[in-house]
Amino acid sequence: MARLRALMRMTAVRLSAVYFLLFAICAVVLVFYVTATASGIVEDQSRATISEELNELAQVYRQGGIIGLVRTIDRRSRQPGASLYLVTDATGRIIAGNVENLQPGVLDDAGPTSDAFAYERYAEDDDDRYHLAIAEVVSLPNGMRVLVGRDQSEQVRFRGVVRSALILALALMGLAALIAWFFVGRRALRRLDGVTAASARILAGDLSERLPVTGAGDEFDRLSENLNTLLARISLLQEGLKQVSDNIAHDLRTPLTRLRSKAESALAARPTEAEAGEVLEGLIAESDQMIRTFDAILMISRVEAGSHSVLKSEIDVAEIAADVVDLYEPLAEDAGASLTLEAPPRLLVTGSRELIAQAISNLIDNALKYAAAPDRRTKIKVAISDGGTRWRLAVSDDGPGIPPDKHERVLERFYRLDQSRSMPGSGLGLSLVQAIARVHGGSLVLEDAAPGLTVVLEMPKEERQTSDGGES
Amino acid sequence: MTRNPAGEASTDSMRILIIEDDREAASYLVKALKEAGHVADHAADGEEGLHAAQTRDYDVLIVDRMLPKRDGLSVIAALREEDNETPALILSALGQVDDRVKGLRAGGDDYLAKPYSFSELLARIEVLGRRRVGKEVETSYRVGDLELDRLSHEVRRAGKPIVLQPREFRLLEYLMKHANQVVTRTMLLENVWDYHFDPQTNVIDVHISRLRSKIERDFGSPILHTVRGAGYIMRADG
Repeated sequence: MARLRALMRMTAVRLSAVYFLLFAICAVVLVFYVTATASGIVEDQSRATISEELNELAQVYRQGGIIGLVRTIDRRSRQPGASLYLVTDATGRIIAGNVENLQPGVLDDAGPTSDAFAYERYAEDDDDRYHLAIAEVVSLPNGMRVLVGRDQSEQVRFRGVVRSALILALALMGLAALIAWFFVGRRALRRLDGVTAASARILAGDLSERLPVTGAGDEFDRLSENLNTLLARISLLQEGLKQVSDNIAHDLRTPLTRLRSKAESALAARPTEAEAGEVLEGLIAESDQMIRTFDAILMISRVEAGSHSVLKSEIDVAEIAADVVDLYEPLAEDAGASLTLEAPPRLLVTGSRELIAQAISNLIDNALKYAAAPDRRTKIKVAISDGGTRWRLAVSDDGPGIPPDKHERVLERFYRLDQSRSMPGSGLGLSLVQAIARVHGGSLVLEDAAPGLTVVLEMPKEERQTSDGGES
Repeated sequence: MTRNPAGEASTDSMRILIIEDDREAASYLVKALKEAGHVADHAADGEEGLHAAQTRDYDVLIVDRMLPKRDGLSVIAALREEDNETPALILSALGQVDDRVKGLRAGGDDYLAKPYSFSELLARIEVLGRRRVGKEVETSYRVGDLELDRLSHEVRRAGKPIVLQPREFRLLEYLMKHANQVVTRTMLLENVWDYHFDPQTNVIDVHISRLRSKIERDFGSPILHTVRGAGYIMRADG
């Protein structure tokens, strides 16, 4: 019973019930309309025949008087398939005709009968003696009455047959619908139960669980597939979140611990005012670095949350690159490196000036940090190029580079090559640049510059409607 | 018009309204601003802050973005609606570029993300407060014997011309416009380069030292000073 109630709650079942009802109403209305119209036509024909016959009989009456009329009617009555004829005297006694019995009251009023009436014919089989007919009654000056009519039984029977066929068809359809509902509904219910059970397990915390897909390719499968994609995305995000929180825990805990122990030991040493000032300045510098790391993490997650959160406009990336190179040029010179720019005079793309500038700045900063060495003149090159629908930003150096097998890993958040652990930095620079490339619908690739490293960002010039181009 | 050469301007006391719901942060700010020689009032929610800003005359407003009863942006928007142009600095835990744009669009004059350093905040509100006083557009600046002509792009010290790169000129222009006020690295990056991100390395320092060598090397007395833990200040007397 509960299953039946569950079945009734299903949208498909409810919808087909509504459709069935609508169809049944339409069918009934249609059939009644058709049969009614058909009877109307037949009745009109009968009435035309009747008035024609009456005209003929009137002719006969005018020529032969009552005797002629009675004789003619008598003759016509005997012909096969004859119309109905009846002649009575003023008292209602039958004088001639083929009607034996008549529904009372039909002869009372002259003119066409409004409704069909019942009658009995002479000399007929006993099984269906009662018939229906329509007729016209004429009263003669001497009080005699003449009735001419046509039988309507055929037509009534036809109507009955059509209508009972309709009822039968509807009944069969209803039965078929019930059976179909039962099987389809049960199948749907079983599939839904599977989905419900799987989602219950997912709700219970097992994000690796997936909804069942039968391979039938029907709407259940499509729904399950979409939900599975959603789940995959969620678990990816969750994994990322977990990784980030682990990393935050690690990368903020470490300097936080350092900060705390520095403050503690300074306090224990009972410092002079000058010493205390120095320690406090160190603490501020350290906390600034932590804020920086924190900002970078927030920025990455913000940027990765989707391109909707970033304002974009038409920007000239050649100009932006020139600006950033100009900003870093003195720093590069101090570090004993050369910083050059290779760009067309103008390259308009859709993007965020701030983010593109930050990406270039991070890449130059990385090159200065990891490739430049005081004992040699490192060459750092920023190259902007137009590739039709896409554009390319490449920052290359001729430093020690990164081993190709580590190319994937350095893009991970907080990952740092062992030899660079001693360098200042959060390990977030490249992740941020990658996030910036993604938010512009592009990607970041590391290439071996032999010697050195080239970081390549390839992005579409126009923003496409699909938001996440860089899903891994 | 030229500025007073002496450091007298920076001791000008300003009347500041802090609209901030974090009482501890607010009382720290009030105390620190008092120590810096300013008078500070505190309002703990948006309604109270709006009322205070409407009834009293302040030089600068420090408005937290997320406030009870009425958020910071709407307080500023309401004041601007009444043609109250008191400079407002927005403090916000949302430090991203777009939030900054929204804040400035709502009528804020400057935007500072939390957590911030007090020296950064102080430098910024002193620049904001001063903006009111020297509203006329000046065509030239003078600090001690250093002159900068904004129209002809000429820079002279003690009458001797100094050749600067365009960016160096803009850097010096900004520093001289805010002479006798502390200017932070972030302020320079925002106003001279128009970047709001934080370059991991102190790129600004290198630019400053280049500029400094051009305007100081041949002229004995220093004029562009480093303020430890805060930034730089352009001042004639050592």
